[in-house]
Amino acid sequence: MTFAQKVLSKASGKEAHPGDIVSAKIDLAMSHENAALVLRSFKEIGAKEVWDPEKIVLLFDHRIPANTTKAAEGHQSVRKFVTAEGLPNFYDMREGICHQVLPEKGHVLPGMLIVGTDSHTTTYGAFGAFSTGIGATEMAAVWATGELWMKVPQTFRFNLNGKLDDQVAAKDVILHLIGKMGADGCDYRCVEFAGPVVNHMSVSGRMTMCNMSMEMGAKAGVTFPDEKTRDYLKGRTSKELVPVTSDKEAEVEKIFDMDLTGLSPQVAYPHSVDNVKPVEEMAGIPVDQAVIGSCTNGRAEDLLAAERILHGRHIPNSVRLIVVPASREVYLWAADSGILASLVRSGAIVTNPGCGPCLGAHQGLLAPGERCIATTNRNFRGRMGSPESEVYLASPATVAASALKGQIADPREVRV
Amino acid sequence: MKGKVWRYGDHVNTDVIIPGRYLDDYDLKNMAKHAMEDLDPKFAKDVTYGDIIVAGRNFGCGSSREQAPLALKHAGVGAVVATSFARIFYRNAINIGLPVIEFDATGMFERGDVALINMEKGIVVNETSGRTSKFEPLPPFLLEILKEGGLVPHSAKRFR
Repeated sequence: MTFAQKVLSKASGKEAHPGDIVSAKIDLAMSHENAALVLRSFKEIGAKEVWDPEKIVLLFDHRIPANTTKAAEGHQSVRKFVTAEGLPNFYDMREGICHQVLPEKGHVLPGMLIVGTDSHTTTYGAFGAFSTGIGATEMAAVWATGELWMKVPQTFRFNLNGKLDDQVAAKDVILHLIGKMGADGCDYRCVEFAGPVVNHMSVSGRMTMCNMSMEMGAKAGVTFPDEKTRDYLKGRTSKELVPVTSDKEAEVEKIFDMDLTGLSPQVAYPHSVDNVKPVEEMAGIPVDQAVIGSCTNGRAEDLLAAERILHGRHIPNSVRLIVVPASREVYLWAADSGILASLVRSGAIVTNPGCGPCLGAHQGLLAPGERCIATTNRNFRGRMGSPESEVYLASPATVAASALKGQIADPREVRV
Repeated sequence: MKGKVWRYGDHVNTDVIIPGRYLDDYDLKNMAKHAMEDLDPKFAKDVTYGDIIVAGRNFGCGSSREQAPLALKHAGVGAVVATSFARIFYRNAINIGLPVIEFDATGMFERGDVALINMEKGIVVNETSGRTSKFEPLPPFLLEILKEGGLVPHSAKRFR
């Protein structure tokens, strides 16, 4: 059986085959600000109480601190509900982005079935969980019943061979795959990432891969647990780790063998995530803003990669560099290690942990005609502000190099 | 179900269906005023009750925001027909009671045509051109959720 089959068989209590529709028991249910919408549907359904308070995690990350009165009202309504229901796993706006905070706080374990009202819930696949995004109304049904209908997906496996060059990161790998597969190339599939490149990758890099697997349509993305996973989770959870993996002889729909040796840093050009080209092809395009952060690339490793490029240098006045640590833990690490001070000396504007400008809510919106290069995950028209602005997606090193040059630049050409 | 066709291409994403800047307002009537704004500023002004969106591949890709199908529904859209859908949009649409039809021959429609759809039988008619085509109807349990108006009324039965 595949990983997806095993998790969904356990969750549904019967042998699950691709194409089957099963009613699955949910292990963990995450919502952020849109819990306000979930709440509304939950009340309409008429359930007396949530199915299991321990299995619900709530926090705010999209609009923190509240950027409008309406956003504040949304936060307020969720806070009241949390108090009334006595929900124990509520982080308010203290901790940062959901997809960073849940693993940090030990909520995510291998083999779990996780749903979240956020499309990038696929991130938790980096810990060997089957994890996927759902809508607010179906989350209300999960709160009420603990179950959700799911179609058992087929599996695509990517064997990623070779060795990445210096300044080439997980983000470049996943952008490359999205460019190859297209925005709907893995629709409805569970996508497994394996091979030497993944084995060599940090947990942080694997999170980036699984996070963006949904940008090629994946229902879930997964990397299987190893010693690095155990090291990461050590001290974060007291529960036993029981990895679930695909059997060697499991039937997968397709296997892609790729050699990534010599891969260039990649950039997704406007206005779709699969519009990917090697950085050298489009270097030189001027940028007004650069953003380093988000659930995709706002971790310690990402800030470190940016700082390595920017260390002791100053970005030109024509560029606004916005740095958003993904979580309080990352923020504190960056502060204590001196990385934050170094970035600020280079000219960065540092904001509080959260989603920041990624979804175009606040903290760095774009005017018509402006261009931004960002480590975030979407570059759709109007994503970060004006529909007449442009967003380019790249790795932290590429974004830092571009901020430094005031134009899209190849990080391999910056002496570090 | 019958309505005037609005025609769009591939990969219509949730950020153009309802931009992130409007997501702080939970009043769905307000939100509906901005439906499709970044792709087609005329849409929200001119859409009439029961109109049908016909699009290409991967409709609704991007965010899990349920406000995307909600904005379309509250703008008056009666159904979305597409060559394929992104999975979360597809689920959300059914769950909030907006009919979605996956159907290969979307090329048989142009903007302004009148479309007639029979969800149970899986038949699509272009009344303007006279062309008819078929699609695989939704599984019965999804049709039932749609008929009941979405997952909320469907689930509410359990707690009554």
